[in-house]
Amino acid sequence: MFQVQRTPEVHDVVVIGSGAGGGTAVKVLTDLGHKVTLLEAGPMLDPSKDFKEHMWPWEVDHRGVGPNAENYFGKDIYPFGYFLAPNGFWDLPGEPFTVAEGSSFRWFRSRILGGRTNHFGRISLRFSDYDFKPQQFDGLGTDWPVTYEEMSPWYDKAEEFIGVTGTHEGLRTAPDGKFLPPIAPRVHEQLIQRAGKKLNIPVIPSRMAMLTKSINGRAACHYCGQCGRGCRTASAFSSSQAMIFPAMKTGRLNIISGVMARELLVDSSGKVSGVSYVDKATRTEKTIKCKAVVVAASACESARLLLNSKSSQFPNGLANGSGQVGRNLTDTVGHAVSGVIPALEGMPRHNSDGISGMHVYVPWWELDKKNKDFPRGYHIEIGGGFGMPQIGTFRNVAARAEGYGTKLKDDIRRYYGSQVNFSGRGEMIPNEHSFCEIDPAQVDQWGIPVLRFHWQWSENEIQMVKHMHKTFKDLIETMGGHVTSPDLPPDAVKAVSVGGEIIHEAGTCRMGDDPKSSVLNKWSQAHEVPNLLVVDAAPFNGNPDKNVTLTIVANAWRAAAHLADEITKGNV
Amino acid sequence: MEDTSRRELFRIIGSSIVLTAAGSGVLSPALAQHVHAEIAAVKSLSGGPNYVPKKFTPHNFLTLKKLGDIIIPGASDAGAAEFIDFLSSHNDELAAIFNGGFGWLDNYMQKTYGADFLNAAAAQQTELLDKLAYAKNRTPETAPGVHFWTWTRNMVVDAYYTSPAGVKDLGYMGNGAMKVFNVPQEAVDYAIKRSPFANEG
Repeated sequence: MFQVQRTPEVHDVVVIGSGAGGGTAVKVLTDLGHKVTLLEAGPMLDPSKDFKEHMWPWEVDHRGVGPNAENYFGKDIYPFGYFLAPNGFWDLPGEPFTVAEGSSFRWFRSRILGGRTNHFGRISLRFSDYDFKPQQFDGLGTDWPVTYEEMSPWYDKAEEFIGVTGTHEGLRTAPDGKFLPPIAPRVHEQLIQRAGKKLNIPVIPSRMAMLTKSINGRAACHYCGQCGRGCRTASAFSSSQAMIFPAMKTGRLNIISGVMARELLVDSSGKVSGVSYVDKATRTEKTIKCKAVVVAASACESARLLLNSKSSQFPNGLANGSGQVGRNLTDTVGHAVSGVIPALEGMPRHNSDGISGMHVYVPWWELDKKNKDFPRGYHIEIGGGFGMPQIGTFRNVAARAEGYGTKLKDDIRRYYGSQVNFSGRGEMIPNEHSFCEIDPAQVDQWGIPVLRFHWQWSENEIQMVKHMHKTFKDLIETMGGHVTSPDLPPDAVKAVSVGGEIIHEAGTCRMGDDPKSSVLNKWSQAHEVPNLLVVDAAPFNGNPDKNVTLTIVANAWRAAAHLADEITKGNV
Repeated sequence: MEDTSRRELFRIIGSSIVLTAAGSGVLSPALAQHVHAEIAAVKSLSGGPNYVPKKFTPHNFLTLKKLGDIIIPGASDAGAAEFIDFLSSHNDELAAIFNGGFGWLDNYMQKTYGADFLNAAAAQQTELLDKLAYAKNRTPETAPGVHFWTWTRNMVVDAYYTSPAGVKDLGYMGNGAMKVFNVPQEAVDYAIKRSPFANEG
């Protein structure tokens, strides 16, 4: 059932990219009766073969180190471990990017049906009212051309379709949604809830795209905790399994996999008329004609495609009259601290797998505080529990506990399950020093000009990381534990994640009402090219502390439904 | 379900996924549990007495087995030496660390005790290992040995705890299917009682 289908002559809408945005566009458009052709740069996905869910480490000779001991030398074959879903790479052979002098940037790219949704953390948080109007809120950043009230019904649709756990809390920093039942907090999470109470930090049930009950024909979760490996029962959301496979059944979807979009073609009226792409296996150049194009190749890849689509009508790249394509690039601000909690040492054994990642989390709690060191906030993601032992699981324990023999074995048994970690996920405010552009001198192996990145954190992010570090230390110590991570360095910018590292790139084709300062209108439609949409995180006017995926789905849903309307009305 | 062959199971799972994709299938927890159990079928990890090392000499391989069992009792049966030999046969840098380490170890033992590591007395073996294992005992003379020791210890720990014996020793109870996710009250009480929140009720 997963074969590539033949391309017919006529294409209504071409969707480029099959992750959260592209998958949603495919689902919505085919549901509404439109014919869609999907271009994917990677191969098709076969969960029964590609997902290593349920495997024990001893089922492979290298136990997960990699057949050539890659992990031990910092060269993992799969960036997040051998057993994780095939998802992408920090460096793709033959497809380089460059980083401007003085900048650091990492770019995680996926080349497979479903893209990064096959493995993502499934954290699904709505943006708040003030996230859509940051300028009005504190004078920083740029307002979206949509309000929370306008977006809310689309969040409803997104949540009801993908399935998101949660509870109604009435917090402005964590708007409530259409939730599935929450999942019970693990032991360490219950200790963290108590520590939070003492410190006046809210610790609430997490909002995750895993099915605590069966919906939309997808099986309920069976709590093996391996969502990151890809879920064969599709109980954890991925666009490949939940959106694209069902769309294939409608007869209205053609998938052309293994192709790299080179350029969007325009006709004399300035509308997109087709897509030029490279068939990777045969290295042949192909062109397809279409009535509309939905670009969802990931924020930076989408910007690259527009910038590379130059013509006499669009000399600076397609839909780039504003000069904003590639600008306003943001990522999430990341910082993590681990600790050991003696109260958890030697705890009675039980199965704590659950859904992967956290069962409770901390939404931002100081929105109304006066005289803050930084204007925006962060949420806290929580780790811990009796995970399946893996290569490296006890590296820290082994480093702390000297010796060998029965003593070492006892130490490891005692420490197992006593570690907790906190990861801050904070809001970066777009700045003029962080953007991507076409490198004038380099092309990839298909001859497509590559991106060059520029990156700079601002004082906001640096102050935020200091706040994170102190908060995580306070939480650990309030639980009676001690921090095992290094202290914050005197130069705190060194403690901020590298740009791109949290894999939440956004902002490169921002939306707005004014074509002079924005690329897309409020329907994610290019101001200058009405039959061109961008529906990944590129349209985002900011990068709130809420992770991007749920908003990608909600916004893409809204945009695709509008496009369908426009096609039906004959406007596109 | 006991008679279902592995192939048959994958057929069922495959069709479940097809149904799921079509919007109607549900994989029952019982079936999911069975799949977990099936896939967990344990293969033999230690190569047994006839195992021919891929990279190390038979003498060095036996030295590695001995070191493994000293570091974590039971590591040899859990395939620690085979694991390190296998990876060393695929990575020259790793092979150099271990072969160099074996050479240093036997040379040191010969000079100090007049016997290589394997043939030295148990007390002599641990006398050296104590010089490598504890920071307070380390000297410039044993620095090359410390590097070898750290690699051996880390990889033996990895090998043991990624084996069925290691997983059992830890008491990891997951990688199965549950219908409802529960957290036992006994475990909660245990932790609360030992925490600063013990008197909060």
